[in-house]
Amino acid sequence: MRRRHFLTLSANTLGGFLVYSLDRKASLLSAQHKPIRVPLRFFTEAEALIVAAAASRILPSDESGPGAREAGVAIFIDRQLAGPYGRDRFRYTQPPFEDAPRELGYQGSATPRQIYRDGLKGLQGFHFLAPAAQDEALRKIESTMFFSLLRQNTIEGMFCDPLHGGNAGMVGWQLIGFPGPRMSNFDEIEKYYGKAFRPKPVSLRQATGSKVRPSEDEP
Amino acid sequence: MKTLPAVDAVIVGGGWAGLLMAKELAQRTSLNIVVLERGPSRRASDYSTDMDELDYAIRFRMMQDLSKETVTLRHDAARRALPLRQHGAFLPGSGVGGSGEHWNAQVPRFLPDCFELLTKTSEKYGANALPESHAVRDWGITYNELEPYYTRVDKLLGTSGQAGNIRGKLLDGGNIFEGWRSEAYPTPPTKMPYFSVLFRDAAKSLGYHPYPAPSANISQTYTNPDGISRGGCTYCGFCARFGCMVGAKAQPTNLLLPVIEKRSNVTLRAGAWVRRILFDAVSKPAAARGVSYVASSGDEIFQPASLVFLASWTFNNTRFLLLSGIGEPYDPATGRGTVGSNLTHQVTVGAATAFFDRPLNRFMGSGSAGVLFSDFDRDDLDRSGLNFMRGGYFGARGYGFQPIGAFGVLPNSIKATWGSEWKKAAISCYDRTATIGFAGEHLAYKTNFMDLDPVYKDALGDPLLRLTLDWRDNERKMAAFATPIAVQVARAMGAREINPFPGLHSYDATHYNSTHIQGGTIMGDSPAHSVVSPYLQHWQLPNLFILGGSTFPQNASANPTPTVLAFVYRAADAIVDRYLKHPGPLA
Repeated sequence: MRRRHFLTLSANTLGGFLVYSLDRKASLLSAQHKPIRVPLRFFTEAEALIVAAAASRILPSDESGPGAREAGVAIFIDRQLAGPYGRDRFRYTQPPFEDAPRELGYQGSATPRQIYRDGLKGLQGFHFLAPAAQDEALRKIESTMFFSLLRQNTIEGMFCDPLHGGNAGMVGWQLIGFPGPRMSNFDEIEKYYGKAFRPKPVSLRQATGSKVRPSEDEP
Repeated sequence: MKTLPAVDAVIVGGGWAGLLMAKELAQRTSLNIVVLERGPSRRASDYSTDMDELDYAIRFRMMQDLSKETVTLRHDAARRALPLRQHGAFLPGSGVGGSGEHWNAQVPRFLPDCFELLTKTSEKYGANALPESHAVRDWGITYNELEPYYTRVDKLLGTSGQAGNIRGKLLDGGNIFEGWRSEAYPTPPTKMPYFSVLFRDAAKSLGYHPYPAPSANISQTYTNPDGISRGGCTYCGFCARFGCMVGAKAQPTNLLLPVIEKRSNVTLRAGAWVRRILFDAVSKPAAARGVSYVASSGDEIFQPASLVFLASWTFNNTRFLLLSGIGEPYDPATGRGTVGSNLTHQVTVGAATAFFDRPLNRFMGSGSAGVLFSDFDRDDLDRSGLNFMRGGYFGARGYGFQPIGAFGVLPNSIKATWGSEWKKAAISCYDRTATIGFAGEHLAYKTNFMDLDPVYKDALGDPLLRLTLDWRDNERKMAAFATPIAVQVARAMGAREINPFPGLHSYDATHYNSTHIQGGTIMGDSPAHSVVSPYLQHWQLPNLFILGGSTFPQNASANPTPTVLAFVYRAADAIVDRYLKHPGPLA
């Protein structure tokens, strides 16, 4: 049994206005002034802090709006890696593993979990660095499989339905004007030619009124 | 192995082809029918909560489980093939309904001359017009013979569209370059996303002939001849890779399953992993005896049947024949053998990605709502000045874009791929970007084929299917021809920046192309070059029928599902009207 690890988040770092699904219990963070401790499923606390810091350089919180930090991307990635995706449940993993031309896709035997664990070893202390030094450290690993996964998973965690633990409070969707799963655009599709139609986002749970089991909770 | 009581018909695969055959036989005969589907059972009502981009569109929840079985690929026969370890260029579905659940429901017909491609091309351009290594064949049937079945397909699906050619009469606003159709579409065109309207107006201003894309994601309530009613599309934008939440998109689970479930003579077994077709080579004529499969319980089962239908999509239709030792495997060195030949994929490229200064509201749309033009996809195309054969159509569809997949598509002028500058540009471009697509024909070549992989195995220990596949000059030149046309249209649409398609190089399994891989068990007018007749009947085993794109000798520009279904209707008619009375060869 692994020692329990937590990622400590304050309402402030999460934007302070979010409804956040925590341990399948919705908590209104704006009502909490105390920092909350999110139990980690895969990362150690140090790993989660590095991932949070690195994701936040990929999608920074800056003048163009909230970034990976407010969306809770590190929590999203932790859950993904703990679930079937992290252990390559759906990938063909029979040997032999051989090098291939790029067009044949990733041929390695390492699972996302292993890629993260190995990649994070090279980023020890990353979360203590200044942003410019963090960018420099990431530039050095830009061409690695680890960075490419981290970048992809950061985008996923920024823009996924909140049921997966990312896109907290739908900050990602608000940033780009995506309204989430709307049941119908029948009346609007031909009405807004050339004009932005930006309805308030709804999550899948809000739109359907049902609880959906995300793939990361499947065996 | 446990042997079950014999049935009249066993159908391998519960997707569009298999379930349409099951429906036709169940409605019109008293045959005792078993459908074996490898994936899970599914119902139309399962889709009430599936609008989750991550699990469906990114993690591929509805697709084949590659941990159990994939294919291997090499670009040419001199190289070693390696397994495609994750989904990429194509997305075969799994479970009841197959790929017909997660499709986009784009339903154009093939051009009339596609079916007689070798003859028509040779007549018109000479015997040497096709590339030297081509393996192009006639199908053994004409468009005119198939047209009534296409019309039945449109009525089954309730296709929305605007006809351009009714019995030879050309109609403005429809596709005047398509083959004749006997009737107008059952329902009017869909509503149009803004991007498609910009494309339509630009194409028209350049002298092209845009028309509303034919769509089985229907525009309004429709009741089909089986009495199945569906409501119209709500343009929620969750089509490709999803089942339809409101049932407007034609799917096997909403059109075929409800009919089948009312008949007592059909049993659908999900979780049944078929491994072999058993056959008797000594009887005259030789005959399939049934199929063996592993049930979800793990038991090995033999299901004897008087009629065997393979409807398990291109790859496994071909693989089952190879694994079962039915027919002669194709050998590219000698040209002998037929099983596995004529592997083709559609030439689908994002010909021009355009960046606008206006919002497009791209979350609204459907997988098939859009505008196309086919001025370069016609059997009377003026080829002077063209350095390739055949052609394709251009399109601007409003698929309904979701953020994980669409965020970060940027003009070539922006080099950053992460960080503040990238984020700012990606936010700004997010809803101002769209791609004009081109879908072209892929000719068959002697060098593109399928056989069994000598190294890699599936979860049960059976060899994987090996694809030997690459693009050749004809496809590269076609894509190079299409790109500036799309760029010109994008410019006329008012794009402020345009990324032209960078060019077709080696076949790339890492980017989605289409799920329109065809060939392997092709039809034709003689057993010398084909596996089945145009009735989809196996030449050597007359009680074996093979349904689906595996029977297409070469790829058209058009999406294949209506053509797959038209051939199933035709085969079902021949079986019900003739074969059951006098079992034996139909052709």
